[in-house]
Amino acid sequence: MKPRSRRRRKYTEWMFGALFIASIVIALGTLAYLLGTIVSEASPALRPSILTNWASRDPSRAGYAAAIVGTIWIVGLTMLFSLPLGIAAGIYLQEYAPPNRFTRLLQAGVTNLAGVPSVVFGLLGLAFFSRALGLGFSVLAAALTLTVLVFPYVVATTQEAVRAVPQSIREGALALGATKWQSIFRQVLPAGAPGLLTASILAASRAMGETAPLIVLSSVVFMTFLPGGLDSPFVVLPVQIYGYIGLPQEEFRHVAAAGSVILVGLLLSFNSVAIFFRNRMQRRRW
Amino acid sequence: MLAPRVVERPTEQLTEIAASPPNVRVDVEDPAVEARTVSISYGAKTAIREVSLRIPRRRVTAIIGPSGCGKSTLLRAINRMNDTIPSCRTIGQLLVDGQDVYGPRVDPVLLRRKVGLIFQKPNPFPKSVFDNVAFPVKLHFTAEPGELREVVEAALRQANLWDEVKDRLTEGALSLSGGQQQRLCIARALAVEPDMLLMDEPCSALDPVATAKIEDLIFELKKDVTIVIVTHNMQQAARVADLTAFLYLGRLIEYGPTRDLFETPGEDLTENYITGRFG
Repeated sequence: MKPRSRRRRKYTEWMFGALFIASIVIALGTLAYLLGTIVSEASPALRPSILTNWASRDPSRAGYAAAIVGTIWIVGLTMLFSLPLGIAAGIYLQEYAPPNRFTRLLQAGVTNLAGVPSVVFGLLGLAFFSRALGLGFSVLAAALTLTVLVFPYVVATTQEAVRAVPQSIREGALALGATKWQSIFRQVLPAGAPGLLTASILAASRAMGETAPLIVLSSVVFMTFLPGGLDSPFVVLPVQIYGYIGLPQEEFRHVAAAGSVILVGLLLSFNSVAIFFRNRMQRRRW
Repeated sequence: MLAPRVVERPTEQLTEIAASPPNVRVDVEDPAVEARTVSISYGAKTAIREVSLRIPRRRVTAIIGPSGCGKSTLLRAINRMNDTIPSCRTIGQLLVDGQDVYGPRVDPVLLRRKVGLIFQKPNPFPKSVFDNVAFPVKLHFTAEPGELREVVEAALRQANLWDEVKDRLTEGALSLSGGQQQRLCIARALAVEPDMLLMDEPCSALDPVATAKIEDLIFELKKDVTIVIVTHNMQQAARVADLTAFLYLGRLIEYGPTRDLFETPGEDLTENYITGRFG
C-alpha cells in the first residue's frame, strides 16, 4: 500500500471548503443584489403615504392600503385554517397511521400535492370554492384556496418536526402511564414546537407570495375600500403589484417596486416573530 | 492482545437447553410477578422461550445474561412496553398481583402507573426539573398547585435528588448530570407511587460514582417497592440483588438467591457466564 499524498489531501480539503463558501456567497450575493435593485428602483415612490393611499391610476396618488390589509386578512385566515389541519394530518401520518398501502398512498398524495403548479390551485379554487360553494370572489374563497395550497407544506414540516423527537421521549411518557395521545400532546408536540413554527413560517411565506391563484380569484385590482369581512372582495400585495406593472406610465415601475419592498418587509417581520419564538424554544434541547 | 474466549453455540447445546428444565433454587410465596411459560417473539424471531418465574415483593431481583438473551424483552413485558413494537407477540401468562397483564380487561396505561420503567439511557423530558416530576402526577390526578409541589418534593427526596436540585427546580432537566438525570427519571416514576420499578440497565450510561448513588437508592427503595433490574454488570447484580435469574438464548437457566447463584452455580452455563468465559 502506498500512503496517500498529504499535499493532495490538504489541497482537496481546501478546494471543497472554498467551493462551499463560494456557493453561499453566490446565493446570498444574488439575494442582496435583488433587494438592492428593488429598493433603489422603489426609492422615488417610497413615502409613508404609499402605505395608506388607495389604488389609483395616478402614480403620484397610488398606494397599497387595500392590498396590505387584504394580504393580512388572507394570510391570517390561511394560517388559521391550514395550521390546525396540516399539523393534525402530519401527526396522523407520522404517529398513528398503520404502515400499510393506504398510508403510503396518502403520503404520496400529500407529497405530490406540494408539486402541483399554483395556478392549478387557483383554478380549483375558482371552480370549487367560488362557483360550486358559491363563495364568489371573496376573502374566504381566497383563504381556502391558499389553505389547500400550503397544506402539503405544513403536513411535511410537521412530520419532519415530529419525527425528529427522539423515541425515548415517547417511551418515557408511555412508561409513566400516559396514553398515546397524552404522550404526543404533552411531550412530543412541545418538544417538536420549533419545527412546528418552521411549518408556520413556510406556510405564511408561501401564502403571502402567491400571485397566480389569486389573480384568478380576485375581481377588483383597483380597490378603494378595505376588505371588511369573509365575503368581501379583496386584493393582495402580489396581485396589486402585478396590476400596477401592467399600467403604461413609467412611474408605476417605482410604485410596483415599492410594493415589493412592502411585501418583503411584511414577510420578514412575520418570519422574525416566528424565528424569535423558535430560537427561544430551541435553547431547551434533549 | 488478549484473544476473547468464544464459546461455540452448537445446536446440540441448544436442544440440551430445551430439554433441561430451569434450575430454580428459590420458592417464592405470594409473588409480585409470576410468569407462566411466557414466550415472546418479534415476527419469526423468538426472544423468550417458555420462561416461568416468580418474583418476590419488595425485594430486588436481577435478570442477567449475555447480550441478546432476552433480558430486556422479558422486563418490558411486565408493564407491556413491548406493545409499542408492532411485531412483538407474547404468549403464556404474565401475572402482576395475580392478574394476567395480557388479559382482555387490562388497561396498559393503568398497569404502567403501578409498574414503572427506568430506561438504559436517562430520558428526562426537555422541560424543567419540576415539570418532569409533575408530568406523571398530572396525568393521573387533578392536583392543586400546593399538593403538586408536595408530591414533587416527596418524590425527589425519595430519589435522593432533592438536596441537589431544590434550588434548580425551574431549570431544564437536561442541564443536570447524567446520574442526576437518571435519578430524576426514578423520581418521576416514584411520583405516582408505583408498586414496582423495572430497571433496564439503569447504570450502563453512568460513571462509577453515579452508579453507586443509584445502587444505594435501589437498596433504600426496596423497602417500599418491588424492583426488577436487568444488568450486564455481574458485580452490580451481586451488590444489589436479593435474587438473580440467569437467562441464556431466551431461556431461564437458573434462578435463586444471588449469593447461592454466584458462589455455587447449579448449572455449567451459569458458571461459565459468571466467571466470564463467555458473555
